[in-house]
Amino acid sequence: MQLTYERVLGAYRTMRMIRSFEEKLVELVNLGKMSGFLHVYLGEEAVAAGVCAQLGEHDYVASTHRGHGHAIAKGVDVRGMMAELFGRRTGTCKGKGGSMHIADIDKGMLGANGIVGAGIPLATGAALTAKLKKTGGVAVAFFGDGASNQGAFHESLNLASIWKLPAVYVVENNGWGEFTPTDYVVPVKDIAERARSYAMPALIADGMDFFDVFAKAGEAIARARSGGGPTLLECKTYRFAGHYVGDALAYRPKDEAEKWMTERDPLRGFAERVLSDGLLNQDDLQRVDGEVSRHIEDAVKAAEAAPFPDASEVTTDVYADSHRRG
Amino acid sequence: MSRELPTAFAIGEALRIALAGDPDVILMGEDVAGGGTRPAGTDEAGGILGATRGLIKEFGPERILDTPISEMALLGAAVGAAATGMRPVVELMFMDFLGVCFDPLLNQAAKFRYMFGGKARLPLTVRTVTGAGMHAAAQHSQSLYWITSGIPGLKTVIPSNAGDAKGLLLSAIRCDDPVIFCEPKQILFLSSEVPEGDYEIPIGKANLVRQGGDVSLVGMGATVNIALQAASQLAQEGIQADVLDLRSLQPLDEEAILTTLGKTGRLIVIDEATPRCGIASDVAALCVDKGFDLLNAPVKRVTAPFSPVPFSRVLEEAYLPTPQKVIDAVHELF
Ligand SMILES: Cc1ncc(C[n+]2csc(CCOP(=O)(O)OP(=O)(O)O)c2C)c(N)n1
Repeated sequence: MQLTYERVLGAYRTMRMIRSFEEKLVELVNLGKMSGFLHVYLGEEAVAAGVCAQLGEHDYVASTHRGHGHAIAKGVDVRGMMAELFGRRTGTCKGKGGSMHIADIDKGMLGANGIVGAGIPLATGAALTAKLKKTGGVAVAFFGDGASNQGAFHESLNLASIWKLPAVYVVENNGWGEFTPTDYVVPVKDIAERARSYAMPALIADGMDFFDVFAKAGEAIARARSGGGPTLLECKTYRFAGHYVGDALAYRPKDEAEKWMTERDPLRGFAERVLSDGLLNQDDLQRVDGEVSRHIEDAVKAAEAAPFPDASEVTTDVYADSHRRG
Repeated sequence: MSRELPTAFAIGEALRIALAGDPDVILMGEDVAGGGTRPAGTDEAGGILGATRGLIKEFGPERILDTPISEMALLGAAVGAAATGMRPVVELMFMDFLGVCFDPLLNQAAKFRYMFGGKARLPLTVRTVTGAGMHAAAQHSQSLYWITSGIPGLKTVIPSNAGDAKGLLLSAIRCDDPVIFCEPKQILFLSSEVPEGDYEIPIGKANLVRQGGDVSLVGMGATVNIALQAASQLAQEGIQADVLDLRSLQPLDEEAILTTLGKTGRLIVIDEATPRCGIASDVAALCVDKGFDLLNAPVKRVTAPFSPVPFSRVLEEAYLPTPQKVIDAVHELF
């Protein structure tokens, strides 16, 4: 896929939207206006943006507990997401799901997920659908380094490999799983090495660099689309914030995070690169920043003004035929 | 001597006593130490809710085992270790995660002793957080104790306060059968009296926490407080309630249930779980089956509706049992 002016601008908009959306969430939680278990993606924006820039409407992604970035990058409506997080009826999931369950299957977004590793077989199934129905689509599973220790990961990679499914497994290696450093629980240096057990090609991308993620995801997705089977793509990235909003981060060396934030911020890196390559100019970036921040403010206002679901909705949507219930 | 402690601290105290008293006791789970062995300047997390904080410093990384996010291996290995001489305590962060590691409990731990003709001993404890009330939505809020209570070979207990949590956990750890120890979210950070030192609360015995002669309110875990709140409001209108805390769901203290029913003739069971195939239904069935002649009114169940746990605050409030729902049910009986 060529990086046209429009695509580069779009990529920046996606990353800025994720960043601003989540900075707003942190602010709202700190103000006591928002509750629930929230895990933010700050620092990892280039991964979702780089991978999803290679996907079309008919492709699927399965996500994680840290799912806002994947949802935004896959085109889920940000106003709906904000309303969902406020528990409103106008939310993506009518207020029933919340942060860990934001989903929009029409947009190819199979859901954030509260169960670590659960999205991996789900994407495998979406890839099976694509293969059987010959849609030409691919399915991407996003998951963390921690999730690569789940049986679901190993079983899914094996299955996708023997069935040559059009799937891409994107492991977002951010160095931490909750409060545990990755190297404490993962004995291989690169999670990409795990693909070898399943005779699956693997790639490693710099997850702080949109362009590197975009290129490597492009290679993996092209292989999947053309019948070449699955790929494990490891994106090396970093979780700027705590595991969840409210995490005091007592377990993590301060200088480690500071170093990543000052030296490797994916948005700053992107801006420097596009300006120096002449892909975008300062006006472009500022225009997007302004649009995004207005969009988020509007989304918050609309969400706060929206109605809560009616208590009777507790028991609707349990079954496909529940509306016919007497 | 006793003092007030949050339930999570009482659990930590029980673990400390059990670990200090028996070298075979080990604690396994995700982030139960949590960085405790990492470079200076970083601190241990002590579990997602802080209940195990400090244990790594006292007992070291051989006995306080941080595991990868691999619940199947965690539970399965704990069963294997229990069968071969260790006395493991597993922290399964949320009971919802049973979904990824059910086999070691369902087909292994629960059945070893029976399948092997009584020749196995499975001293395993699984501590796990249950219940709604923190806007944690469908996959982090379930009360699934009805599943483990229904499997022969497993025991399931659920404390309603900090002092009971400590004593029940010590019993669970010292029990030679696999015990699921539920930690209801709504009581984890509530403080109540906790006796000092080592004591056990027997598994299989309910506790009458309030005396009244007009109606029996039967609760478990967080619903005991709901029953107590309802009882004090009912007292103002002249209805005196017995409140029975089940404490143990399997074995179930049938005698205690029938005793309070015999006293009042009216019984309401309050359960945070969904209504089908659950503890509330079991208690109701018991009353009809073995207590029919004692009944002066139908047995009522106040439970969650038959749906997953919703996220939105207003929906979650509608989902959970409340004192008002209990009072409404009581009014139907008079
Ligand atoms: C089956 C299961 N086990 C444990 C958890 C609790 N939990 C939520 S996120 C998380 C850490 C996940 O780490 P990783 O996969 O590396 O993703 P990251 O949070 O770093 O994005 C854990 C242990 C869970 N939600 N599901």
